[in-house]
Amino acid sequence: MANQTNSGNERVDLAYRRRKNAEEMRHQMIAFVLMILLTLIAFAAVGYEEFSHWFVVPFILLLAAVQVAFQLYYFMHMSHKGHEFPTMFIYGGVAVMLLLVWAFTTVIWW
Amino acid sequence: MSTIARKKGVGAVLWDYLTTVDHKKIAHLYLISGGFFFLLGGLEALFIRIQLAKPNNDFLVGGLYNEVLTMHGTTMIFLAAMPLIFAFMNAVVPLQIGARDVAFPFLNALGFWMFFFGGLFLNCSWFLGGAPDAGWTSYASLSLDSKAHHGIDFYTLGLQISGFGTLMGGINFLVTIINMRAPGMTFMRMPMFTWATFVTSALILFAFPPLTVGLIFMMMDRLFGGNFFNPAAGGNTIIWEHLFWVFGHPEVYILVLPAFGIFSEIFATFSRKRLFGYSSMVFATVLIAFLGFMVWAHHMFTVGMGPIANAIFAVATMTIAVPTGVKIFNWLFTMWGGSIKFTTPMHYAVAFIPSFVMGGVTGVMLAAAAADYQYHDSYFVVAHFHYVIVGGVVFALLAGTHYWWPKMFGRMLNETLGKMTFWLFFIGFHLTFFIQHFLGLTGMPRRVFTYLPNQGWETGNFVSTVGAFFMAAATIILLINIVVTTAKGEKVPGDAWGDGRTLEWAIASPPPVYNFAQTPLVRGLDAFWLEKMEGKKELTPAEPLGDIHMPNSSFLPFVIAFGLFVAAFGFTYHNDAGWGLPVGILGLLITLGSMFLRSVIDDHGFHIHKEEVLELEKKEANA
Repeated sequence: MANQTNSGNERVDLAYRRRKNAEEMRHQMIAFVLMILLTLIAFAAVGYEEFSHWFVVPFILLLAAVQVAFQLYYFMHMSHKGHEFPTMFIYGGVAVMLLLVWAFTTVIWW
Repeated sequence: MSTIARKKGVGAVLWDYLTTVDHKKIAHLYLISGGFFFLLGGLEALFIRIQLAKPNNDFLVGGLYNEVLTMHGTTMIFLAAMPLIFAFMNAVVPLQIGARDVAFPFLNALGFWMFFFGGLFLNCSWFLGGAPDAGWTSYASLSLDSKAHHGIDFYTLGLQISGFGTLMGGINFLVTIINMRAPGMTFMRMPMFTWATFVTSALILFAFPPLTVGLIFMMMDRLFGGNFFNPAAGGNTIIWEHLFWVFGHPEVYILVLPAFGIFSEIFATFSRKRLFGYSSMVFATVLIAFLGFMVWAHHMFTVGMGPIANAIFAVATMTIAVPTGVKIFNWLFTMWGGSIKFTTPMHYAVAFIPSFVMGGVTGVMLAAAAADYQYHDSYFVVAHFHYVIVGGVVFALLAGTHYWWPKMFGRMLNETLGKMTFWLFFIGFHLTFFIQHFLGLTGMPRRVFTYLPNQGWETGNFVSTVGAFFMAAATIILLINIVVTTAKGEKVPGDAWGDGRTLEWAIASPPPVYNFAQTPLVRGLDAFWLEKMEGKKELTPAEPLGDIHMPNSSFLPFVIAFGLFVAAFGFTYHNDAGWGLPVGILGLLITLGSMFLRSVIDDHGFHIHKEEVLELEKKEANA
């Protein structure tokens, strides 16, 4: 919830909500521009032939991770209050998967 | 739809259960089918013990023994223990948190039918050539070579379907517990069984996907020309073992944490004391779940992972003994100074502590990687995991059956018969499995269908077989008890044991279809006990009495699961017969078609009106 009143009237705290929404929109725009930029950088990194694959692959994976974070936190509102459980379970799942991948790479395929 | 209870014909009752989305009836379904598979798995266990009763026996030879052994393990874990745990979760958790149902009643029904049809499909293998025969772990190096019949395909597809059901159930309980707790019920006021369900559901959420992936790979390899586990074509057979145990070890905790939850309720209720160290119990539960994910490779010490991997997994495994020890001491201190009532559930709870500790101690022995090279694949391991699973999980399920039976069915199971069941089962259990430690230490290998005379194993095996018959007798007495109780058991009030602490005991037994006429206000841990101690008979409502919104029954969950059942047959035989592929596609169409119907049909449920609720509550008060 944007504010802590128990009134159903949408005109309450109008100024506050407008400001809040404007700020929200600014964040969305910044995230959006950054994501476009990151995509362009990724394309450039692949296109530029001087870089070796050993640099490019981890680099664009890193950019991808940042993109996922933007997606989750700004576009899917995970930065807002009330998302503690989804956050916990997402990180839990990521941790389990990383452990698995780490174990597979070190124990099976090393 | 009327909610007034009246005598119904068999057909109407059957239809009611086929279409129900009520968590209490789904609990009955889980209990009945889980109980049926428990009997089936028990029968298979008896066959195994008869075969091993004397050396050179020819009761079950070779391949057939492998099939019975495999199906005993698979049935007991996936089709008996899991659904029985789900039975209690369904019956109790919504009541314990003061909710009217789970978050997704339709999904709940779907989860049950998926489990049911998966289990049915797996057991169809008995009549269609042969059951799976590569052990319940179905290691790829064995199962890919099992080509005499379709047994392994029944395993892969059957477990895949029932695994989806379990995953749905897990997600459902997570959402229910996070969102539907009654006002005032903070996380640290949740009963221990609800906590255990919550943590277990999280484990299911993370542990079942690896199994799903493993089973899909196996299905590809067996039925669609894949080579994931085929070293000759660049695959790796060890990947199955890892995927299986990444699921399989958390699975052990998926089974045992609810068992801990059940015992925590029982200890507190019948010691008539608050659970000792509640917050450390919660912490220990979460910690066990967390550690449970980083120990899977202790099942694979002899695979050749190397000393560093073995050492890491050995140490990680041993740390689990710490939170488990915390729990054991908390239970002991709960009883300490309590006014203990030795009811049947309490018998199981008290017997559970030494039995489970023995399983835990052998667990730490097995966790020592170097020593494990000696124990590996011997009867020592068999003894260990039966001490943990029977001494922990099955004791809990039997205890839970006696403890919550009055809540689920409104009649008290006979205590004398209950105690007879307990003593026979307890003695039989230790008779069967204690001696297996020594059989293992003297070298008897597991999974082998016979042994030669004069190796010093005759007496041990014979004793073990006698013990198995004790457990069978106990189970038969339990069944008699259930029949007698259903026919003429005494009706019980809401607080059936008189010492109920948690919310489920605050409402009628069995609860009305809407559970709580008014959502209760929770003022602390053991909410109902708290009110009773202040001289009140019932909980303070948190809302005015009003119309209650209920979900409509639906036949679609049954049809969705049935479609997958048909599809599984089709794809199992698609390499042998022309009808395979069309039948497989038909099955998928049934499933997808009914999912489509579910999406397009508007179903807003119905309301039970305030007047009807009042009438029902009045009738309940008079009864």
